[in-house]
Amino acid sequence: MTKKQKKVLIRIIIAFLLLVVLHFVPVKGWLSLVLYLVPYFVIGYDILKKAFKGILNRQVFDENFLMAVATVGAIILGEYTEGVAVMLFYQIGELFQSYAVGKSRRNISELMDIRPDYANIEKDGKLEKVDPDEVEVGSIIVVKPGEKIPIDGIVEYGTTTLNTAALTGESLPRDAKEGDEVISGCINMTGLIKIKTTKEFGDSTVSKILDLVENSSSKKSRSENFITKFARYYTPAVCYGALALAVLPPIVSLIIGFDPAWNQWIYRALTFLVISCPCALVISIPLSFFAGIGGASKEGVLVKGSNYLEALSEAKYIVFDKTGTLTKGVFEVAGIHDAVIPEDKLLEYAAYAESFSSHPISRSLCKAYGKEIDQTRVSDVNEISGEGVTAVVDGTSVAAGNIKLMKRLGIECKECGNVGTVVHVAVNGSYAGHILISDQLKQHTKQALEELKKLGMKKLVMLTGDAKRVAESVAKEVGVTDVYSELLPADKVSKVEELLEKKPAKEKLVFVGDGINDAPVLSRADIGIAMGALGSDAAIEAADIVLMDDDPLKISKAIHISKKCIRIVYENIYFAIGIKIICLVLGALGIANMWAAIFADVGVMVIAVLNAIRALNAGK
Amino acid sequence: MKKTYKIEVDCANCANKMEEAAKKTAGVKDAVVNFMTLKMNVEFEDGADVKAVMQDVLKNCKKVEDDCEIYI
Repeated sequence: MTKKQKKVLIRIIIAFLLLVVLHFVPVKGWLSLVLYLVPYFVIGYDILKKAFKGILNRQVFDENFLMAVATVGAIILGEYTEGVAVMLFYQIGELFQSYAVGKSRRNISELMDIRPDYANIEKDGKLEKVDPDEVEVGSIIVVKPGEKIPIDGIVEYGTTTLNTAALTGESLPRDAKEGDEVISGCINMTGLIKIKTTKEFGDSTVSKILDLVENSSSKKSRSENFITKFARYYTPAVCYGALALAVLPPIVSLIIGFDPAWNQWIYRALTFLVISCPCALVISIPLSFFAGIGGASKEGVLVKGSNYLEALSEAKYIVFDKTGTLTKGVFEVAGIHDAVIPEDKLLEYAAYAESFSSHPISRSLCKAYGKEIDQTRVSDVNEISGEGVTAVVDGTSVAAGNIKLMKRLGIECKECGNVGTVVHVAVNGSYAGHILISDQLKQHTKQALEELKKLGMKKLVMLTGDAKRVAESVAKEVGVTDVYSELLPADKVSKVEELLEKKPAKEKLVFVGDGINDAPVLSRADIGIAMGALGSDAAIEAADIVLMDDDPLKISKAIHISKKCIRIVYENIYFAIGIKIICLVLGALGIANMWAAIFADVGVMVIAVLNAIRALNAGK
Repeated sequence: MKKTYKIEVDCANCANKMEEAAKKTAGVKDAVVNFMTLKMNVEFEDGADVKAVMQDVLKNCKKVEDDCEIYI
């Protein structure tokens, strides 16, 4: 608790005790009034002061003014206890609100506690801690185990394991060795490393992310704007209602010859004023969004504004870029087929034969082989461009390449039924089998698309520049509903525009890309999601929502979070407005008294705030 | 030109009122107050004297909410 909050708490306790004591003190008349004024001023002096200043500044419908009028009115009517109690509960509500908001503010900033405080620079053999802002590009910084990497750079010395959980929500550590690029915000876990910085602190990943998160809620959602507007009309409306309630029924009664019962109607009007504060709504809606965005960033999903979180909850169409989004975007050995020799032997021969080539296919073969290549075992390498390689491995002649190569060598080979690049291998002049190399689906792609279907998406569209055959086979495998292939980058924009035109405005279209070459599409879609954005500035700029790692499951997670957050927002809107309207009606009829009114006001606010904080855990 | 200022304010409704007041200040094109992060983003009119405008913004905000602060 802050000093200010503690002071209020003490005043609340004193006023409460005084009120309880006074309840049992048998005094009547003027003395009683004087005694009750003591707790009243203890608890309400600042409200009265603010109300008075408000009048001077012509801010009539300000909640301080309303509370002042309601309580002073109650005291004039002789309802001393109620007058003091309303002020007391109002203060309790305010205290609770400020405490809860402060707490969630801290919670969320702790979540994003990735700001490095210092950088270590070696000077005359000693380490010196400096402000990361002062480190120039190209400096060597030292990061010890347990420290955060302050600035993006390249490892110059040392090997270590990095914890990226704060950035990606991914708990699996990453290895880093000399020559690897590392990004700021990761925690160095095991070994001391020296990093040559490639960026200034301000341009480093960690600064970009902090900037994005801290400025996230400057774009307000429709619900927030609705509440702001609502609050602007609600309070005056209730005040005029109160005035009418205080004056009209007594006058009508007078005219038709009944007892005007002024006291009764004024009391009811004051009850109105107590309910007139829109606090519950005004605080709980932005708090829900704030907590939702905070909860999302804990999961490695950065949302640039509450408007995007709101829009995401209405997503019905998801358009994916294929390469790098649904697939890994790197070529890998997908299978070894029709092998007449042991599969690992086949792969070994192919890897050795291709070991001198720098072609991506060759590299993926070597990677799949996995062991160190001893190039002395290979001789007579002959690379035939566009066909493949022949070589002698351990004294055995090996040919690895496509059908053309096999035909040239007069070797009969088997067709592969799968989609991808096929490397046929012949050993000693006879066919030994083939290796299928293709762009691999990400581990969770299928599962992610199933989740999205469960979340009620109408269409899952895949866009790709790849050949139709490849595209359709991938589409079938992952289960997208529509696929458009052989598209140039510009075609992707027009395809998305076409889809945007066809759909109803209420159903939002999401485009998911890896941020490479698809910035125009990202900004054209209702919501652009860039994934695997760690380190890619362009993607962070262009997208509305940034997924810190490239796991497609995060898409459904983001939508899930947005839906939960919006549900909480609507719960709060309906709940708070509903209870207030019921209390207004009951108050006007004289069924709800001032006690009920203050409980409606403070109680609703407390419940709404607690409900809003739930959004923080929406990712669970 | 856009600038962000740290603010101090106690209630969400007061933050909305500050936003209104800041928007109405001459020289301010648009203003957004974020109660949750306690920040005010101000977009100035072209050629506005930022310092003078911010003084006015502060004065107008104080008018609607006595208990507020903008760290200019």
